[in-house]
Amino acid sequence: MRVEPAHDEFNGRSMTDSTQDQTELRPPTYWPFVLPALIVVLAIIVFPWLFTIWMSLNEWKVGSPTAFVGLANYLRLPNDPRFVEAVWHTLVYTLLSVALPLAFGTLAAVVFHQKFPLRGFLRGLFIMPMMATPVAIALVWTMMFHPQLGVLNYLLSLVGLPAQLWVFHPATVIPSLVLVETWQWTPLVMLIVLGGLAALPTEPYESALIDGATFWQMFRYITLPLITPFLFIAAMIRMIDAVKSFDIIFAITQGGPGSASETINLYLYSVAFVYYDIGYGSAIAVVFFAIIVALAAVMLHLRQRMHWNEAGGGA
Amino acid sequence: MKDMQISRRAVLAGTAASALGVSALPARAEVNWKKYAGTKLEVILAKGPRGDNLQKYIKEFTDLTGIQVESEQIPEQQQRQKAVIELASGKPSFDLIHLSYHVQKRQFEKAGWLADISGYMKDPNLTAPDLVESDFSAAGLSYAKNDKGQLLSLPWSVDYFILYYNKEIFAKAGVQVPKTLDEMNDLAAKLTDEKAGIHGYVGRGLKNANMTLWTNYFLNYGGEFLDAKGNILTDGPEAIEATKSYVRSNKSSPPGVAGFNWMESLASFAQGRAAMWIDGVGWAPGVENPNSSRVVGKVGYAMVPAGPKGQYSATYGDGIGIAAASKNKEAAYLLCQWVVSKKQGARLLQAGGGVPFRNSILNDEETRKGVTLPQEWLQSVIGAAKISKLGLPVIIPVAEFRDLVGAAVTATLSGADPATELRKAHEQFRPILERSEKA
Repeated sequence: MRVEPAHDEFNGRSMTDSTQDQTELRPPTYWPFVLPALIVVLAIIVFPWLFTIWMSLNEWKVGSPTAFVGLANYLRLPNDPRFVEAVWHTLVYTLLSVALPLAFGTLAAVVFHQKFPLRGFLRGLFIMPMMATPVAIALVWTMMFHPQLGVLNYLLSLVGLPAQLWVFHPATVIPSLVLVETWQWTPLVMLIVLGGLAALPTEPYESALIDGATFWQMFRYITLPLITPFLFIAAMIRMIDAVKSFDIIFAITQGGPGSASETINLYLYSVAFVYYDIGYGSAIAVVFFAIIVALAAVMLHLRQRMHWNEAGGGA
Repeated sequence: MKDMQISRRAVLAGTAASALGVSALPARAEVNWKKYAGTKLEVILAKGPRGDNLQKYIKEFTDLTGIQVESEQIPEQQQRQKAVIELASGKPSFDLIHLSYHVQKRQFEKAGWLADISGYMKDPNLTAPDLVESDFSAAGLSYAKNDKGQLLSLPWSVDYFILYYNKEIFAKAGVQVPKTLDEMNDLAAKLTDEKAGIHGYVGRGLKNANMTLWTNYFLNYGGEFLDAKGNILTDGPEAIEATKSYVRSNKSSPPGVAGFNWMESLASFAQGRAAMWIDGVGWAPGVENPNSSRVVGKVGYAMVPAGPKGQYSATYGDGIGIAAASKNKEAAYLLCQWVVSKKQGARLLQAGGGVPFRNSILNDEETRKGVTLPQEWLQSVIGAAKISKLGLPVIIPVAEFRDLVGAAVTATLSGADPATELRKAHEQFRPILERSEKA
């Protein structure tokens, strides 16, 4: 639709002319511009998806002939304890990796929103983790987590706390990985929320001060509701990132110990590229995609509802 | 057998490059190394000392043959994936492949991805007289040949498991090298000093990686991987007893061993925090490197202690083969031959980057003298060669096997019952194995 005015300007015609010719002229001028994009989208998005779905309906092991098996690969999923565990791990990992950076990021944003000496420098320092390569970070953290030689247990010992096993024990591995994720991605949340804080009006705060509100009351009843839309954006970005997180987990634990930190993504990778079971791997990919879409839909729905409330409240 | 090799080698060495040599072997033709001059070969290598050794000296091969070689080293896991995907496509971008026998043997054989080189080996125009099948160790040949007896690759480098021990800790406690796994477990408990941060033992606990260590216990407890019908046997009494022993060893391990791969184990041992460590012979350069190790010169090398049913060293290995789809098979064969040649093998051994499968290299006095690592290490390698046994079952789903049984073994480290865990893993793995053989 947007092409029309340009086309009209180009031909130097008036709007009324164009409306009359529209039906005749549109196909030859419109399609050539759309076609490249359409081909690209079909080739790199639609086709791979259709092909993945097709593969998931086949018994397909690299090096062996393929055979159509219908939904057999999907029926294997609920009976595969590793897959069921992986779903659970993914949900726990995602929940923690969204909640913690969100809480700490908001806190950091509130702190960095205040004026104090060296603020710019410290802000720069604070967002450094975000710029580092995940695999490099993972390797450094692996050594820091080492129960005997790592610096974390040394730091704990300084304050008299007992040594931990971090990523080397099934019970603490996911929280430890989330620690890395939180360290790396808290700055992102901070940046988003900081942007939100900068855009806030000052009047509500002035009137709150006159009414004698405390700092906490101002945060709870003014700041938080006003930055909620920004928090939603941050939560959405974090959720999508966390649910498909691969590099940090793979480089630090490869899903271990045992399969205690194996998320769907890691299991999917093993099945498809280590066991070469392409058919089953594709079925996992399809289900994984459905889970991501479902989570994103829930978030979008919540956001939509919030906006509606906002509009309602304002009217 | 070995004596025969030495004498053949001695005879050949004595007559090398002389007219006598030709007249003594009238039926032997000379290898025409220049036959494929101008050909270009592509090699896909797993990253590591073997790949380094090839790339470092490849110019010598080009000078000898006039063949240009392009090679790339890719980290092991990624190299395996890339190779499999390309081979399955039917048009691999490489002529030669560096393969891990203990992971890929059965898969490659079943898919028919490697060229049969049995004929080349018998052709005097292509094969130097000193390269004969009987020069390779039995483990190497069983890796390189398929069940029809066709030779599909040349065995390149073998990895035996040995016992590394800290001589300083041993001397302080006044103890001897353990002869059996039971002795080792008792000793490990004795040498553990939690307050000083010293543990009696360290070894891989991480799922999948731990299987290469666990099989040392399994084999020494009399375990066999498969029965005559090809059923997997890793939930039997041998496996259960072996796992119990493995768990006992790890009771004297540093905290968090359930997440240790070789790297973390090596770090513990090289920092002097562990008295004993069972792993591949190939890590010796790491523990003897003053830049990364605090135990240089204090490391003892011994064979894996015996179990109640024998003494074996779990063995793994890699080889070099030619893609069945390659258009330059004979030229590629010349390169295979050069890769496992005495000169290249000696260099590999002397740098501690690997152990050639060829007895004539291991038994060569001159080569042995050039070994930079302690002679004790070399002795443990030679000793391990005599008791070597394949360390993993020869099946297609090796990775699944290592993951599932490995996870069961890891679980036992945090107190789970070995019999229950192994049975559970067995139940999960059996259908996978059946599917793989049916396909």
